[in-house]
Amino acid sequence: MPIEILMPALSPTMTEGNLAKWNVAEGDTIAAGDVICEIETDKATMEVEAVDEGVIGKIVVSGGTEAVAVNAVIALLLEEGEDASALDGYTPSAGGAAPAVEAPAAATATPAAPAPTAAPVTSGSRVFASPLARRIAADKGVDLGAVTGSGPHGRIVKRDVENVKPGAKTAASAAAPAPAFTSDDPVFANMPACEAVPNSNMRKIIAKRLTESARDVPHFNLTVDVEIDKLLQMRKDLNARENADYKISVNDFIVKATAYALTQVPDCNVAYTDDAILKFKQVDMAIAVAIEGGLITPIVKDAANKGLATLSKEIKELAGKARDGKLMPEEFQGGTFTISNLGMFGVKGFNSIINPPQGGILSVGAGEQRAVVKDGALAIATVVTLTLAVDHRCIDGATGAAFIKELKAVVENPVALML
Amino acid sequence: MAETNFDLIVVGGGPGGYVAAIRAAQLKMKVALVEANHLGGICLNWGCIPTKALLRSSEIYHNMQHAKNYGLTVEGLGFDLDAIVKRSRKVSRQLNGGVGHLLKKNKVTVFDGYGKLNGAGKLHVEKDGKGIADLTSKHIILATGARARELPGMEPDGKLIWYYKDALVPDVVPERLLVIGSGAIGIEFASFFHTLGSKTTVVEMVDRIVPAEDAEISDFLLKSLTKDGMEILTSAGVKGLKKGKDSVTATLEIGGKTEEREFDRVIVAAGIVGNVENLGLEGTKVKVDRSHIVTNEWLETGEPGVYAIGDVAGAPWLAHKASHEGVLCVEKIAGAKGLHPINNDRIPGCTYCRPQIASVGLTEDQAKERGLKVKVGRFPFQGNGKAIALGEPEGLIKVLFDDKTGELLGAHMIGAEVTELIQGYGIAMELETTESELMHTVFAHPTLSEMMHESVLDAFGRAVHF
Repeated sequence: MPIEILMPALSPTMTEGNLAKWNVAEGDTIAAGDVICEIETDKATMEVEAVDEGVIGKIVVSGGTEAVAVNAVIALLLEEGEDASALDGYTPSAGGAAPAVEAPAAATATPAAPAPTAAPVTSGSRVFASPLARRIAADKGVDLGAVTGSGPHGRIVKRDVENVKPGAKTAASAAAPAPAFTSDDPVFANMPACEAVPNSNMRKIIAKRLTESARDVPHFNLTVDVEIDKLLQMRKDLNARENADYKISVNDFIVKATAYALTQVPDCNVAYTDDAILKFKQVDMAIAVAIEGGLITPIVKDAANKGLATLSKEIKELAGKARDGKLMPEEFQGGTFTISNLGMFGVKGFNSIINPPQGGILSVGAGEQRAVVKDGALAIATVVTLTLAVDHRCIDGATGAAFIKELKAVVENPVALML
Repeated sequence: MAETNFDLIVVGGGPGGYVAAIRAAQLKMKVALVEANHLGGICLNWGCIPTKALLRSSEIYHNMQHAKNYGLTVEGLGFDLDAIVKRSRKVSRQLNGGVGHLLKKNKVTVFDGYGKLNGAGKLHVEKDGKGIADLTSKHIILATGARARELPGMEPDGKLIWYYKDALVPDVVPERLLVIGSGAIGIEFASFFHTLGSKTTVVEMVDRIVPAEDAEISDFLLKSLTKDGMEILTSAGVKGLKKGKDSVTATLEIGGKTEEREFDRVIVAAGIVGNVENLGLEGTKVKVDRSHIVTNEWLETGEPGVYAIGDVAGAPWLAHKASHEGVLCVEKIAGAKGLHPINNDRIPGCTYCRPQIASVGLTEDQAKERGLKVKVGRFPFQGNGKAIALGEPEGLIKVLFDDKTGELLGAHMIGAEVTELIQGYGIAMELETTESELMHTVFAHPTLSEMMHESVLDAFGRAVHF
């Protein structure tokens, strides 16, 4: 009996993914632990390791196939002593209905240690959605796992994936799609020659989410200049300590200070929903990391309660994983607030677009020496411009101002972070 | 003393009201139903049901006239109009009794009289001008239905000028019949009397008959009826009727020219108006717009605790829409979870002329008005084995899909038995299938329903049998 290699679920909510490529070919002998293929989800590409050894008898789903259902048979592995004839007349025990227990037995995602993601697919993870809703979601790049169904027994129906605007009553009044050109639009005929780079999953998600956010979320911005000379001195002292096994960056300080300020003004650590404002009891800080082909926001969980050294190490590790495309879905989904730092490019200050459903995002500019007036005289100080963007539906001007005032105070007097 | 305080009062015992009452009783409410005439309302007593009984008679008569086509011999074929009408009334009576039984079984208290709002949460019930009860309830549903629109100068006289109630109990099959209006009601009566031998003329104000249907269906029906010898005048009007002793002279306006024509009887079927009078709406916040009570998507009127469902709450004027609204309204009152307003784009409609018409969803014109790009599939009855075997090769099934999403937007059918087929598409729409699931569904052979499959295939250039 050939062993079925099944499409693994890389997160509890994953229903399908793209089989990016095969690293093995039919006839190859593989050992347990060999990377056999790569699976692409919304934002991450993950390697799949073989659990069993044997010879790849047949590749059922070829590389480059999009939207492969979780638990679908993607390849057949011949056991010792079997030859290709074992495949004759073999019918895969089939698609999504394959016994859940076989999933982890046949294949597992590379980072095998964090067990939850490689857990057996339970019936709870099946997404009930109408065929039309599935098709619309696929066209839009919407992850059905993240959608709440309003049909019978929570089934996801058209209105759930189509109606973006709250209170939209009928299909006719649903939000109009954002205007976008297609690559064959005549407008491009008179423009210089170009290369068409197909949109990756990540690009589609970025386009969709940020379009929705910029269109539907009422943003406003608050800007302050903060002096960081004390912070720089503290950083220097900390990093110069003997046996320091860390190297804290200015950004690490700002992450810590922002998380602290959010605990002081918890009304800014919130998300707007149609029926309630959700006030989070912990700060999970998303940090924007530029990666090849886009960006991703790994999350430092409970950032306010972590020391600077721990924070610094975690951020480094997450950023590394992000650049290697190795983040697990729960490492980049679900933050409560985001920080984006473009200071390293010399940008003085900028406005970011909120990453829904989060209520706010902080943009961090470059630290630079500027002329400031102190006690009526010109002086030199190292200054960073911080710009807060918030969702006015859940955070009002005075609340946002209270937060940024707290943030400025703690960045300028970072000793408060020791508390 | 009889109980006068209820959890819910329903005014009107038609398909909206009695279904609402039963649903409320199922949800453990104490329910009163106030009905002045017949349980079952117009639908059951003077509408949907008795007309179907009449049309069944004319259909069998038509088939017997064509018995030769099936190798059968019929001698001395004829009909007894009185017996046809009697049968129709008996069918209504039977079902009317059935509704009474259902209400009793569900412990709904029925009051025989007219209900009138009498201050917040109060309803006064009158019979023959005398008050018989004063009821109270936090929730009152108005389900008083609608009646035929009377045209000035063409009021019903029960003799020469008929409205639907007269046409349901005719004393003669008129030799020359004029039908004003080509909606479902007008065209069904035209079909019935024409089959029984009336020389029938249908006058329609707009440029096509059955104007609520897809234009292609209107066109198909026009050809079919004309071929059958019916006279159809579109973009035409009736300026006036002059009653003679046993005939009517009608002044018709056709293409800007007037013409006098003589008919034996006239049936007026020019739309309906809501029964909003004498309900005690004056002084409440209930808003009435063009004879219909205005509600929101949950059937709530402007007055807290007062709801309106069915015909009195506006188009489409269909019994099944009224029933569905009744259930939704009651469940909303009961605080049920997961409710959704009714989607009018998924309410099917059936017309029982010959050939029959059935449709659900958008017409091609409506889809285009909404800016949707559509894929259209068609399949004719001539390509279907069962239709040929039945001797019913005349008909068409047309489907519309959203070009982008594959959503089934509308289905339009004309031909034998299509009223029994439409629900297949209705279910497909409610389950939100795309063309793919419909293509993968195995349709039984030999059936007329195979055309539903073929029509879907045709929309994607894959029809097999045509």
